[in-house]
Amino acid sequence: MQESSSTIVLQGISLRVVRRGAGPPLLLLHGGDGPQDHLPFFNSLAERFDVIAPVHPGFGGSTIPEQFDGMDDLVYLYLDLLDALDLHDVVLLGFSMGGWAAAELAVRNTSRLSQLILVDAVGIKPGERETRDITDIFGLPGAEVARVLFHDPSRAPNPGSMTDEQLTVLASDRIAHAVYTWDPYMHNPKLRYRLHRIDVPTLLIWGESDRMVTVAYAEAYRALIPDARLVVIPEAGHLPQLERPDLFVEHVWSFAAR
Amino acid sequence: MQTWFFTEDAYPYLPDADTYESIRVNLPNKHYDPVKGADLYHMYLDLWCAADELGLEVMVNEHHQTATCVVPAAPIMLGILARQTRRARLLILGNPIANRNQPIRVAEEMAMIDVISRGRLECGFVRAVPYEAAPANILPFRGGERLWEAHDMILKAWTTHDGPFNFEGRWFRARQINVWPRPYQQPHPPVWITVGSGRSTIRVAQHKYTGAVFLAGYPRIREIYDGYRAAYREAHGEDAPVNRLAYAALVYVGDNPRKAREGAEKVLWYMTSNKVPPQWSNPPGYHPPPVAAQIMKGARGGAGLPLVARLDEQMSRGNVFAGTPDQVYAQIKHFWEYAGGFGHLLMMGQAGFLSYADTTASMELFTKEVYPRLQELTAAYDVGRMQELRTQQPDREFADLGAFAAEFVR
Repeated sequence: MQESSSTIVLQGISLRVVRRGAGPPLLLLHGGDGPQDHLPFFNSLAERFDVIAPVHPGFGGSTIPEQFDGMDDLVYLYLDLLDALDLHDVVLLGFSMGGWAAAELAVRNTSRLSQLILVDAVGIKPGERETRDITDIFGLPGAEVARVLFHDPSRAPNPGSMTDEQLTVLASDRIAHAVYTWDPYMHNPKLRYRLHRIDVPTLLIWGESDRMVTVAYAEAYRALIPDARLVVIPEAGHLPQLERPDLFVEHVWSFAAR
Repeated sequence: MQTWFFTEDAYPYLPDADTYESIRVNLPNKHYDPVKGADLYHMYLDLWCAADELGLEVMVNEHHQTATCVVPAAPIMLGILARQTRRARLLILGNPIANRNQPIRVAEEMAMIDVISRGRLECGFVRAVPYEAAPANILPFRGGERLWEAHDMILKAWTTHDGPFNFEGRWFRARQINVWPRPYQQPHPPVWITVGSGRSTIRVAQHKYTGAVFLAGYPRIREIYDGYRAAYREAHGEDAPVNRLAYAALVYVGDNPRKAREGAEKVLWYMTSNKVPPQWSNPPGYHPPPVAAQIMKGARGGAGLPLVARLDEQMSRGNVFAGTPDQVYAQIKHFWEYAGGFGHLLMMGQAGFLSYADTTASMELFTKEVYPRLQELTAAYDVGRMQELRTQQPDREFADLGAFAAEFVR
């Protein structure tokens, strides 16, 4: 399989980008758990797409740029990436906080996009101020976070079995995750008023057992995007691409393959 | 050696620790009885007034959403003491300005206390312990930067007397800063900042501020104080005065070893009560990733202080000074020499269930029989002599303190 990983300098930031496969371009934005190019779903996508997967600065052992404070910074970095690579008709796919980034990017500019796919994405606050729309994963013990994120919590990464090096990367990922999402927590209060600008077909893919952002949250998200539909994957939590890669990839293919 | 009496104002009447996950952040306040709480506030204020009368200085601090320290607003306590005490210096250690959204409010509160007390304020700034992240809703990442930017704003607010100035920083912004009152002390009250590593002392030393260390004990005190002294020499071309370094420990003095031990065991509540799960002790961005990683692994239990803290071990580490007056003096003197000297002892003299009578008994013994000797010790401070003493004492080896040390130095 065609693979080229490179470092692209944008805004003075060395951005690591994994690129794998051939076909229409698919820009893949990972979630708070970090890059997932080692997982089976990634290779399956690469069978039909030219998958372009940047590693958000701060993840995977990279440095958080001095000027970075939040989601906005990531969004403009990826707008620049689309320009730098001069990509057209891009399928933009984001997981969790990567889904939030994708939605933010799309409300700014869809001219390089063909479709948008949001997977268990965060980014909006549909409920009242005292409703915890998005589970506060920074305020829960690890075992509880596993139950929130996974249909089958035994599939959650186990820090007890990791090397110190892996754990240190995990700890850095957690910092980066928080830098992008801490306050307002995992959302932009303005996003809901901007989602109407998305003028490309949009698919929301959701794990039925996601307890971080539930299917009801997904419904609220879908209702705010003009041409959007929602598919729910059974026996999967916040990471359906990991728990049900077969169904997940099928949904992406049937929606976006050309 | 100036000695500062402090207590964290705990609310110790809690159910069995097995029945709750954490004493901090999410322990429901249904466990707090305000009637008992009122009695406690008055007792603690009385203790500080007793310190004032005995000739000790006063120190207050603050924490949030915790039974270990029911002072979420230290300036309120200090405001009361500014009026009720007569002579003591009043140290707040400190204002968690990295977690405050309005540094100017802090500048105003501190200026008020300084004026009410007619210039007795000693103003501390702290980055705050990790458990403060959730109550403050502030990401600890870059907390040091936030602290220093807030500090710059506060210092400029205190020292600007010709009308409003503009401050548009990365973290804090205000366009018409012109605080009333201005501080009583000129150009501003003495500043203290907590330090937890050699590196963290650099800016503190550059400003000639007092660097305060909490419970680093024998294992880490040399690295931290040496860092301060080196940075001070580097910045100012002279040795740091001994009164620029402070050390906080648990202290109990009894007139016999049995009473001393009973009292010290009660003060040890401060450590043994601190049941905290990793989500509060390890918020993202507080600890450097390698330390955070160890807490995630569970290698360090996640809890801040060791719940199984034993008195003898804590004494041998230099975190607790306890015994008869002679014993306590010998312990402090030994640690002082090992550390290379410091000018302030921050004396946690009360914790948990230690009563007013037992606390003041220890304070009185300390004041009469230990304090004069400590003052002589500090008065005879000599850099050359200290270095000689140090070389006679090799570094003590201790098992890794892990998160214990990492958390309690701020």
